[in-house]
Formats: sequence, C-alpha cells, structure tokens
Amino acid sequence: MNKNRRSFLKAAGLSVFALSGGLAAVPGATQARTAPGRYDRGDNAPHAKRWAMVMYTRKFTGPEDYEPLIVACHKEHNVPNIPGAQNIKWFWLDSYEHTFPDDMNAYLNEKIRAASYPLLCNHCTNPPCVRVCPTQATYKTEDGIVAMDYHRCIGCRFCMAGCPYGARSFNFIDPRKFLPAATPNPVFPTRMIGVVEKCTFCSERLAAGKIPACVEASKGRILFGDLEDASSNVRLALASNFSIRRKPSLGTQPGVYYLI
Amino acid sequence: MLEKLLSAPKTYYGWLGFLLCLIAGCGLVYWQQLQTGLAVTGMSRDVSWGLYISQFTYFVGVAASAVMLVLPAYFHHYKKFKRMIIFGEFMAVAAVVMCALFIVVDLGQPQRMLNVMLHPTPNSIMFYDMLVLIGYLTLNIIIGWVTLEAERLGVEPAKWIKPLIYLSILWAFSIHTVTAFLYAGIPGRHYWLTAIMAARFLSSAFCSGPAILLLLLFLVQRLTDFDPGKDAVKTLATIIVYAMCVNVFFYLLEIFTAFYSQIPDHVEPIIFLFAGHDGHLAWVGYWMWTAVIMAFLSLAILIPPSSRTNPSLLSVALVMLVAATWIDKGLGLLVGGFTPNMYETITPYMPTVREIIIALGVYAVGALVLSLLWKIALGVKRKAENFSG
Repeated sequence: MNKNRRSFLKAAGLSVFALSGGLAAVPGATQARTAPGRYDRGDNAPHAKRWAMVMYTRKFTGPEDYEPLIVACHKEHNVPNIPGAQNIKWFWLDSYEHTFPDDMNAYLNEKIRAASYPLLCNHCTNPPCVRVCPTQATYKTEDGIVAMDYHRCIGCRFCMAGCPYGARSFNFIDPRKFLPAATPNPVFPTRMIGVVEKCTFCSERLAAGKIPACVEASKGRILFGDLEDASSNVRLALASNFSIRRKPSLGTQPGVYYLI
Repeated sequence: MLEKLLSAPKTYYGWLGFLLCLIAGCGLVYWQQLQTGLAVTGMSRDVSWGLYISQFTYFVGVAASAVMLVLPAYFHHYKKFKRMIIFGEFMAVAAVVMCALFIVVDLGQPQRMLNVMLHPTPNSIMFYDMLVLIGYLTLNIIIGWVTLEAERLGVEPAKWIKPLIYLSILWAFSIHTVTAFLYAGIPGRHYWLTAIMAARFLSSAFCSGPAILLLLLFLVQRLTDFDPGKDAVKTLATIIVYAMCVNVFFYLLEIFTAFYSQIPDHVEPIIFLFAGHDGHLAWVGYWMWTAVIMAFLSLAILIPPSSRTNPSLLSVALVMLVAATWIDKGLGLLVGGFTPNMYETITPYMPTVREIIIALGVYAVGALVLSLLWKIALGVKRKAENFSG
C-alpha cells in the first residue's frame, strides 16, 4: 500500500512537471506577455521620432541599378523567391503608372514614364493595416515603424485588404522550401506557413546601430532619417527637392518619399 | 427534445449519412489545405480574399434574415408568422455555424484563432464581428430552444425570453452592419468604400434569406405534412419583394454615383465586373449578367400579386432571386473589391476545385445542423399540432 502510494506520487509529480514544461513550450504562452517584436537597442543604436525614407529615383539609371538593393533586402530577411501570384515581396520594382496610379498623365516625360520605381512598405503614420488587424500582430512602434509579430498573426489577411499599397505578402506555401539549404541570414527568423509579412524598415538592424539593408546597398541614393528633425538628411532633401508619395489622398501619410 | 431525432424515417438517416460522408470527404481536402497551405486556393498576393470570405459574408446575411419573421411577429404581433419563426431561428443558427467555419477555413493559422480573444483589439472591425456573431448564435439557440420547449409542453414561453427576443431583433441588424463595415471602412478598395454598403447588405439579406427559408419550407412541406400557412407565405413573399426592390435600387445608386462622377477608381471595378478588360469579359462577367437578368426576372414574377401567389411561379422566382443575390454578394463583391488591384492592374482570381470542395464541405455542415434542428422543430410541431410527417 505504502509502496503504491509512493509510486503514485512519483508518477503524479513527473506528470505535473511534464505538463508544466509542455505548457511553457506552447508557442506564444510566454512571448505574449512581452511587447512583441521589440529589439533590445544597442548603445550605438540611432534614435528617431519618425523614421522616413527618401528615394533619389533619378540617380538610378535602370532596374538593374536596383537589383543589389533587392538582393540585400531579401537576403537580410530570408525572403524566398516563390514563382507565381502567391509570391513574397518586401522590396520590388514597378512602373510609374502602377506605382503612382492616380498621378498619371498621357504626356508624362518619357524617361519618367519608362523608369522603374522601388516599392516597399510605406510605414504610414496612419496605417490601415494596423487599424484592421484583429490581434495586434501588426503594430506601430514609437519611432514610426509598422512592425509585425509573425507568431501572433492568425493569417486572416485583413491587413492585405486594408493596405492600399500592396506592401504585404501572405505565406500561401511553406516559405522555407524556397530558401537555399543554408539560411541566407541565420540571425533573422524565417517565416512559417500561413502568416503575413512585409518590410520592417530593418528595425532589427537599427537596434544594432546599422542602417537599413537597402539604404546601405543604395550607396547614398536612398536617404533614411528622422522626419521630425528639421536638420536630418531626409528633411534637408525634401526641403530642396520636389517629392511625391504613393496615394497621398487616402490619408495614410506614407513615410516613403520619392524624388522624381 | 433531442429524442425527436430518434424517430425518423429511413430516408432521413440516409440523408444524414450522405451529409456526413460529404463532410468527411471535403474534410480530407481541408486537411490537405492545412498541410500545404492556402496555396491550394486561387487566392494570391493581390486577391487575398476569395470564395471563403464571400460565402461568409453571404451567410451572415442569411443569419440576419431571421429578423424578417421575428420582427413582424413580436413588434407588430403578426401571429401568422409564429409557426414559422422557429425555422428562421434555427436556419440562423446553421448559417452562423457556416460563417464561423468559413472564417476558420480561410485562416492561415487556424490554431491561433483564439488570439482574437486573447488580444482583444477594439479598433479592428473583425473583433466586433466575432462578438456579434457569437452573441447572435447564442441568442438564437436560447430563444429557439426555449420557445420550442414551451410549445412542446403546451405552455407560454417563460417571460424572461421576451427581452432576449427584442434584443435579437436589434442584434440581427448589427451582425450584417458590422460585416459590411469589414469592407466599407477600407481605404483604397474603391468598390467597397461606399457608405451604402451596410444598407445594401441588409436589403440583400432581407430578400435572399427569407427566400431561402421559403424554398426550404416548401421542400419540407413536400416531405412532410407541415404547412407553413398560406397567409404567412404570402406576407413573407411581400416582404421579399420589397427588400429585393430596395436591394436593386441601392445597387443602381452605386452605378449612378460611379458613372455620373466618372471618377475612374469608382468606375473601374464595375466596368471590370460587367465588361471585363481589354475587350474580354472575365468569367465573373458572365455571372454578373446572369445575376442582372435573374434579378429583374424574379422581380417581374414577384411584383404582380397574381404570379406571386402562384406557388410554382413563386418558387421559380425565389430560386432566381437567391441566385442573383448570391452572385452579387457571394462572388461579385469580392472580385470587384480586389480587381483592379492596388496598382490599378488586373490580377485574375478564380476559385480552384479544392477551394470549391472545401466550401461545399462547409455547406454540408450547415445542411447537417439545419437538418438536425429542423427535425427537432418538426417533431415538436407534429406532436403539438398533430400532423403527420
């Protein structure tokens, strides 16, 4: 009898241990309590009230000029190359007509019309994707970046319907199958099937004191800085050039500016 | 009351068995979707919602339509609807179950769906949609069950059920309004960005839902001896005509605003739906024109009282009405919303066979829930009113 009780207690104790250990292993059980997707900032991490990007599009001669930027971004973030309409895009190119559809006129300068323009998440001041997300899996950080928590996303794709810029991609298929055997950047997480993803303005690089990958690869042709600081590089560029943004009439206040 | 399910003819159990087999078969395809991902659907980066969400939208309307019986019966004391109400309420239950399943099959990570409750987000319309749908399901189950139980016992329903019934009337409007807000509040989707969306949803729901109910009741009438009542059918048909007229009128209002203002963003989705692009009608275009023809044909039959009261003509008209509203809300709404896409170009969408099979599976679940609930209701009514069936 005594022996039985002891073995029962042993088994019960082990079961409780196993169960609690199992609970801790449930994804999201612990992560949910900390602010999602925040990186610990290094001492050399730059600060801004509102990060913004200014593209010197006239300093790019053609689509091949943008290629290193796309490669840098997609390598940095393990963006897979999936053929077809269910693809993933973080940084890509399109024509003037498609990039600025409400700004088209038939007699537009041929050079401007024929050029390719870089597209990415606009990190809007008033982002519809954040407004519609039912789980706060996409949210705004205090420095104006629209960030994402891939572990909280339920894959409802309301944000994709909400985004007027087509900046969001959904993992219709397991993205890891489309990555090289050796993960391009082991430091950045690869994504799982069934979640939405997009450009992060390289918040993980900013936290480590680095500028975004595309900005670095652009060799000075893309500026990145604090829009709220009148003496920042982006503000100076905007003060001395004519700039446009995508679909400004929707009131989203994009943070990506194009110098045409 | 569940015992009513135990005494049914063999054909009934055969029907249930058929539905279960269908659900299992479609479930296998859903299992495949879980494994491979939503890549099995026709959806894409540019058309990120498809058949699942459009069916969800349509059946929220069907659920809300129960109010077209409840409101006249309880606000206007129209007694002749009382016999039918339980069927409307139970149809709403089946419809909400379908809505929930259409959302689940559409999710990329369905095992995380409770995140909507774990991280409640009042700025997201989807949060409210979840609340109103769960609330409406609960209300209809409670109201349906309590009133049916009272009927079985031959007593008046408990008094506390009255406030719940009044609440359910207001609640019905809320579920479809909130569903319309999912669409109507999105900047940059021109076909959806219209203040009349909720009104259009409600009018379309209030004709198509009762039409489905009537068609199903006619079927029940042939299978059993249950008679919904001639006057009740007549009144409901009148309600359907008014709602359909309003529905068509609202759609024409959209057409006016788009084409008189001539703002390209507002014109283009409608042109795509009805004329395609580059001179080619898209597949959805054929459906849209079919919907237009059937909408007007159904009205042509339903408006004159002489043809409306003819049982076989009425059935034909109702079938056409249901088809027309289904094409409008169950196909055109989604395709028009995503085409042209955000670059003002065309990304074609067509549901894949597997997508259609999974949707069919959800339909089968709805049919199963409806068959079970209606069987119970018919059993109680047969005992209480002594008809055979």
